Parts: sequence; C-alpha cells; structure tokens
Amino acid sequence: METAWLTLGALLTIFTFSFLYKDNVLYKIAEHLVVGISAGYFVVLLIKTNLWPIMSQRLFVKGDEGWALDQWWYFIPLILGMLMWTRFSKKWSWVSRYPLAFYIGIASGLTIPLELKNRVVEQISASILKFKFDFSATGFLMVPQGAWDTFVIIGVMCCLIYFFFSKEHKGWFGGSAKIGIYTLMIAFGASFGYTVMARISLFIQRIQYLRDWITAITS
Amino acid sequence: MNDLRRYLFSLRLFIPLVVAIFLVTVQSSFAQSDSVQTQPRQDATYTPAPVPPSPPNNVVLRDSPNDNGHAIEVRWTLSADDGAGADNVVLYEIYRAESADAPDSLWLKRGSAIKGAGVYNDRGEREESSASYFPKGKDFYYKVAAITLDSKSFSSVAGPMQARDNWFNGTRIPVLLYTIIFFGLTLFFINAAKKGMNLYVRPLAGIEAIDEAIGRATEMGRPILYVLGLGTASDIATIASFTILGRVSRRVAEYQTSILVPCYDPIVMTVAQETVKTGYADAGRPDSFIEDSVYFVTQAQFAYVAAVNGTMLREKPATNLYLGKFYAESLLLAETGVMSGSIQISGTDEIAQLPFFVVACDYTLIGEELYAASAYLGREPLLLGTLKAQDWFKGLVIISILGGIALRLLTSPEWVQKFFEMT
Repeated sequence: METAWLTLGALLTIFTFSFLYKDNVLYKIAEHLVVGISAGYFVVLLIKTNLWPIMSQRLFVKGDEGWALDQWWYFIPLILGMLMWTRFSKKWSWVSRYPLAFYIGIASGLTIPLELKNRVVEQISASILKFKFDFSATGFLMVPQGAWDTFVIIGVMCCLIYFFFSKEHKGWFGGSAKIGIYTLMIAFGASFGYTVMARISLFIQRIQYLRDWITAITS
Repeated sequence: MNDLRRYLFSLRLFIPLVVAIFLVTVQSSFAQSDSVQTQPRQDATYTPAPVPPSPPNNVVLRDSPNDNGHAIEVRWTLSADDGAGADNVVLYEIYRAESADAPDSLWLKRGSAIKGAGVYNDRGEREESSASYFPKGKDFYYKVAAITLDSKSFSSVAGPMQARDNWFNGTRIPVLLYTIIFFGLTLFFINAAKKGMNLYVRPLAGIEAIDEAIGRATEMGRPILYVLGLGTASDIATIASFTILGRVSRRVAEYQTSILVPCYDPIVMTVAQETVKTGYADAGRPDSFIEDSVYFVTQAQFAYVAAVNGTMLREKPATNLYLGKFYAESLLLAETGVMSGSIQISGTDEIAQLPFFVVACDYTLIGEELYAASAYLGREPLLLGTLKAQDWFKGLVIISILGGIALRLLTSPEWVQKFFEMT
C-alpha cells in the first residue's frame, strides 16, 4: 500500500514537471486534482478548527444540564459571516457590503498602527541604537565597524530619498536617489541568490523522492 | 685477611636482612595509612549534611506593566551565595500559591531564573482552556528559592498581588507620536489639495505602463490577468491593490476588454468582486461586468499557483498584473507569464520576493511605489494629499534617524535609548 501511495506521488510529480515542456493533459490532471482536493481540504479544516470550536466552546458550552449560551458576543461575527451569504440573492446582495466594510475597517485600523510600529518606528530605533561609530573594531573585509555603520546609514537615507514621489529626482537629490536604488539592487541580488539556493534544495528533495520511488518499485 | 673475609661474609647476610626488614616496615605503614584513608568510604551510612545557601530576600511583587493583565512581575534581592559567599547558587525557582499558608503541595513552580537574575515575569495565557491560563484579578502569593546542586532555601512569602490589565501600553508612545504626526500631515495635505494646491508627482515607469498594458490587451483582443497575491484583506499591500484594481477595471470597462481575477482568499475575492463591479459602474457599463471573472481558486499556495499558471497558458492574457502580497509563488507566476508572452507589471512590499519580480517582469513597483500607484492612477486630491504627506513623513524619518544618532554620539542621553526601546 505504501508503494502505491509513493507511486501516486511520483506520478503527480512527473505530471507537474511535464509543464516545463508545455501545457498538456497530464499537467491538467495534476492541476485539477490538487486544486480540487486543497479547496475541499481547507473548507473542512476551517470548519473544524475555527467555526466548530468557536460555536461549541465559546458561544455555547456543554454543562451538566446540556448546552448553554456562554460568550454571546461571538454571535456578532457569526451574524456578519451569515450576512455574506446574501450575495447569492440579487435583491439582498447589497447587505453583504456591511460585513465587508466592517472587516476592512477593523483590519485597516489594526494593521496601520502595527505596520507603523514594525516598518517605521522599529527601523528608526534599530538605525539609531545599532549605530556604534566604533572605528577600533574591524568588521567584514577588515573594514572598521564604524565605517560599515556609516555605510548602512547612508544607504538607508538614500533609499528613503528614492521613495520621495513629490520631488523631482534632479541634482544632489537625484544622485542620492540613484545611490538608493543601487543599494536596493545590491540587497535584491543577495536575496535572490539566497532564495535560489533554497529552491534548488527543494528541487533536490523532489528528485530524491523520485529516486526513492524507483528504488521501491525495483527492489 | 681471614677477619676481613669473615666480616664481608657476615655483611653479605646482614644487608638482605636489613632490606627485608625495611620493605616489611614500609609495606605495613602503607597498608596502615590506606586503611586510615578509606575508613570513611567504607562507612555507608555517612553523608555530609548539605549546607543550604542563603535565601533570596526582599521579594517584591507588582502587576506586570503595559500588558493585558495575565502576568505578575517578581523581583528579589539575590542570595548572599550568588556571586559571593559560597557562590554555589545555580538558579532560582519561583513558586506561586493562592494563600500564604498553603501547604507545600499547593505551591506551584512557575518557572526559574538563572543565577544573577533578580527578576522573573510570571506570564500566562488569557484563554481559560489553556494549560497556562493566568487569571486576572485574583490574589496570588509568591516565594523564591535559591537552588544549589544539593539543596535549596526559600525566601519569605510575598503577596498578595493581582494581575490587572492596562488600558495604555506605555512602550508604544513612539508609535502613537509618529501616528499622530502622520495623520496630521495627511489631513493637512488632503485639505491643501482640495483647496487647489498644485501637487507634483514624479513619473513612475511601472505605473505609466499600466495604461499602455490595458491598451495592448484591448488591441490584441485578449484578457488582462490581475493577481492579488496571497495576502488577506487586512494586508496593506492587498488594500493598495484593491484601489489599483478599481482603476484598472474602470479602464477595462471603458476599453471594452476583459479581466480575470483569480483569488486565493474568499474575503479578498468578495472585495475584489465589489471593486471590479464598482469600476464597471463608474465607467457607465455595469451590465458588462461578469461576476465569474473574479473567482476563488483555493487556499493552498502551490495549488493556487498551478491553477493560475494553467490560466496563463490557456487564456493567453496580453497583460499580467501581480499587485499585492506575494510569497514563494512570485517567481513561478512571473516565469510562466514570460513563457506565455504577456507584458508583466508587478508590485509588492514583500522584500524577499521583489528580486524575482525585478528579474522576470517588465516593470516592478518596489514597496511604497505600490502604495503610491493608486494616487498616480487616480490623481484625486485625496490620494495626492496622502502621497505628499507620505513624503513629508519620510523626511521626518530621515531627521529622526540623523538627530537620534547625533544625540547619541554627542551627548548620549538616556532618554533617546529609552524612547526607542520597545517591547
């Protein structure tokens, strides 16, 4: 039985790799299978891990005298969720905009301060607090750590200048913006190489799977 | 001569006798000292009494500040044998009970702190169902034990103390300040733009290419594929993408071409449907909107990619727009787009994915350019004002960094350090 599952996995792997040649019926089989199964799987998963625990452990709880209402406020998301179903009615579909507006409003309100914290204030904090200006200790390529710190701060400043939209990139401002985009491209290049290495390891893992399959069916 | 011979003969007998006596004496003395040394080890009942360390003292409790009320902070003065005295304390254990005179069995060990540490934050979960649930508003008593390798000694009991939730998180004051400044700038520039202030925006190649790409699709009679990525409707990149989708769908409706929007998240799909529908309505062609053009695929990352890749090769869209939150699927999508011969414009704030879009797409909106794109496309005072406020805010960030560094280097005031140290 184990070999049968292994064979199925190997065949689907080969079907998927056939896409590298061109779109074909084998790829379509693999694609439709994975899309259908995953969609169904996630529906069941969300019901079992979200909807049912909320209803059976928070909204209602089972005591000695049967089910009883516990945390009534969970009715609010439940009702909002049910309002989404009005989309299926042409007459009432406008109602579904209310839960959407509620969701987007709450999400934006929560996300914007969080993004300001993570992407702005913490970056400012790190730039200030990590800057040592210490020329006694040497860092990468035997260059003093203070020089690297200065280099990083200049890079940060130039990157910020690149993202100015309401000022023309001319003169010293344009020059700084150019240094900024070069800094970004250096970072992207490093990130690209790093990620490609990770992808190659994933590819090797798949090839090892196929090797294991061939070993299993031939032995 | 004979005397001498006799003397030597007697000496020959005498020397071995002396050596023998010497050896016997040495051996017996060694045996004796051995027996003296091993005597305590042979006695199985003998165990030296462990000497307990000096206990920690001055145990002080306080409600853990800036939290949601499920933690108590315990502080104590180190044992006299921690780093000094016998220097044999290896760690501290923190015990909690619901009454001061609880029996030993009801004192629960809550955690430990390494030697030299005089503080422990007893933190728990807020969910009652959780194993580490920490009730708030309930009296607790604490004691701290100094631990050596073979003994422990307890401090006196401290308490009671209750964990309480705080309305205000003091560690977020910098975030509050920057948020207030940003919103102040935004309101000011929106107001200024409404009053007719001329707001210049520099050209961005990627954004200008969007209109060209829609025109290309119209000329070729092929659809536009708009991918919102894997983000949820609460991600800033996805919210920015909705605004761009609104503009794109309006142009699509005006040019009478078609758009395909495969979605990863059901909520995103619903919002995208509303956005595209509104775009068609704004263009005066609400009847041209096809609801099935915005559709849900699956919430499995690579299954979604497989489906979108298939769509690219079968529908042959003239233009692919990847705008939103992307993860490992970015290169897979963009590479397939190249294979299908589409013009590709991408934009994301995911730094790790930007390199892939840069190498595989014709135009890429990097980070904040994605947020700015909607203002570029719309040219409305509200959005242009926001863009101007963003620029001023970036100026404030530059001043903050340079000012902060200068203050640290020149005067190294503590408040700069404290201000930016956040939880």
